[in-house]
Amino acid sequence: MPSKVVESVVDALAGLGDGMTVAVGGFGLSGNAEVLIDAVLETGVRDLTLVSNNAGAMGVGLARWLQAGIVRRFIGTYVGRNEDLQRAIDEGIVEVELTPQGTFVERLRAAGAGIGAFFTPTGAGTLLAEGKETRRLGGREMVLEHALPVDFALVRARTADPFGNLCFHGTSRNFGPAMLMAARVGVVETESVVPLGGLDPNRVHLPGAFVQRVLCVPVHKDPIQHRVVRARESA
Amino acid sequence: MSWTDDELARAALGELEPGMVVNLGIGLPTRIAGLLPPDADVWLQSENGLLGLGPPPLDGEEDPQLINAGKETVTVRPGSSLFDSAVSFAMIRGGHVDLAVLGALQVSASGDLANWAVPGGRTLGVGGAMDLAAGAGRVVVLTRHRTRSGAPKLVQRLDYPLTAAGVVSRVITELGVFDVTGGAFRVVRLAPGVSWQTVSSATGAAVLPA
Repeated sequence: MPSKVVESVVDALAGLGDGMTVAVGGFGLSGNAEVLIDAVLETGVRDLTLVSNNAGAMGVGLARWLQAGIVRRFIGTYVGRNEDLQRAIDEGIVEVELTPQGTFVERLRAAGAGIGAFFTPTGAGTLLAEGKETRRLGGREMVLEHALPVDFALVRARTADPFGNLCFHGTSRNFGPAMLMAARVGVVETESVVPLGGLDPNRVHLPGAFVQRVLCVPVHKDPIQHRVVRARESA
Repeated sequence: MSWTDDELARAALGELEPGMVVNLGIGLPTRIAGLLPPDADVWLQSENGLLGLGPPPLDGEEDPQLINAGKETVTVRPGSSLFDSAVSFAMIRGGHVDLAVLGALQVSASGDLANWAVPGGRTLGVGGAMDLAAGAGRVVVLTRHRTRSGAPKLVQRLDYPLTAAGVVSRVITELGVFDVTGGAFRVVRLAPGVSWQTVSSATGAAVLPA
C-alpha cells in the first residue's frame, strides 16, 4: 500500500523553493519539528515568508533561519526577547506582520477550510486593524481578516501512521493542525510511525487527508524555555 | 500601607467563582494560580491549548511538551483537556472563557485596555492579548497602580496603543479594588491604610468613593 512516509529530509522538503511561504508549528521551542527546521537551512532556499507564532528563541530553532538571513517576512504573534528576530527587524532584513494569536490560527484554519476571509471583533480599533475593512455585525465592530494559505507546513507530532493520521502530545498540538490544513505540502516530523490500524480512529487528532509527507525522527532535543518545578518534599 | 504583589493577587481570588473557566495573563495574574487550593472548582485555561492547569511539575518530572502560554513547564489536573489553538481561541473568542485576568500598561476610565505595546518602544508582540480582551466574558486587570517612573496607569484616556476598547470592568492594584464606571474609577475597597486621597493623587482619572 502506498505510504506517505519518506526516508530522508531531502525527500521531506522536495519542492521547497525560494520565496515560498512556510508555516512552522510549535510554541516557542516546545513541540518543534527540529530536524525539518534545521534541514531547511541545508537546502539553501532564501527569501522565505515564515509563518510561525514565534520565530525561535535563545539562538536555536527558527532563530537559526534569521541568523542565516533566509527569512524576508515574518507573520506571527510574538517577537519577545528574540534577539535574532529583533536584529533582523532593526536591520531591515525582515518585515514583520503581527497578528493576534486567535486571528493567526483562524486565518490558517480558514485557508485549509476553503474560507476566503472572516470578520472578528479581535483587534477592532487597534493598530493591527489599520487599513482593514470593518463592519458592524451583531452590534460590534468587526475586522475583516483574510485566509493565510501556505506552501509548506513543518509540524511535529507524537505518532503517525502511513496515511498521515496524527496524534499529538501535550500542548504541542497548538498550530499544527491548522498549518497542515492550510498547506499545499504538509510535512510532519513524528516521533514514531505505527502501521495502518495502529491508531485508534477515535483518538486521531488530525486525519491524514491534511498530511502529504511523514518523516520519522525518534529522538529530539526538546529544550525547556522556562523550567518551573515544585521541590520534592524530603521524606 | 499598600498590598504586596501576593496580597494584590489574593484580592483577586474573589473574582474566581465555582465552575468558572479562567485565563490568567502572564505576569501578576499568574500569581493567582499559586494561591488557589489544589481542589478549587476553577478551570484555568492556557491559550496554547490546555484547560485544567495543575501545579508545576515535581522536580525531574517536567514534560517539555506540556507548557503554559508563558512557556513554563506545567501539569494537568484531573478533568483537564488538551486541544489545538483553533479550538483554544474558539473558546476565548466565542465567549466560553468566563473571566480573563490580565496585566496592563494602561486602563482608561471607559474600560479601554492597553497591554501589548509601548509608544516608540520595541514591538514585543501581541500574542493572545487582543483575543482575550475582546472575547472573555469578563475582563479584570491586575496591575501596579503606577509605572516605575511614577506615572498613573489608570487614566482618563489611553496614550498607549489600544488592545481592546471598553472591555475592562474591574481593576485591582496595590492600592485597592476599583470598578470602571465609564467616566471614572469607583472604589470597591481600599488596601489597609490607603486613603481615597492617596488613590486619587496616584490616578490619572476621577476616582469615586465607595
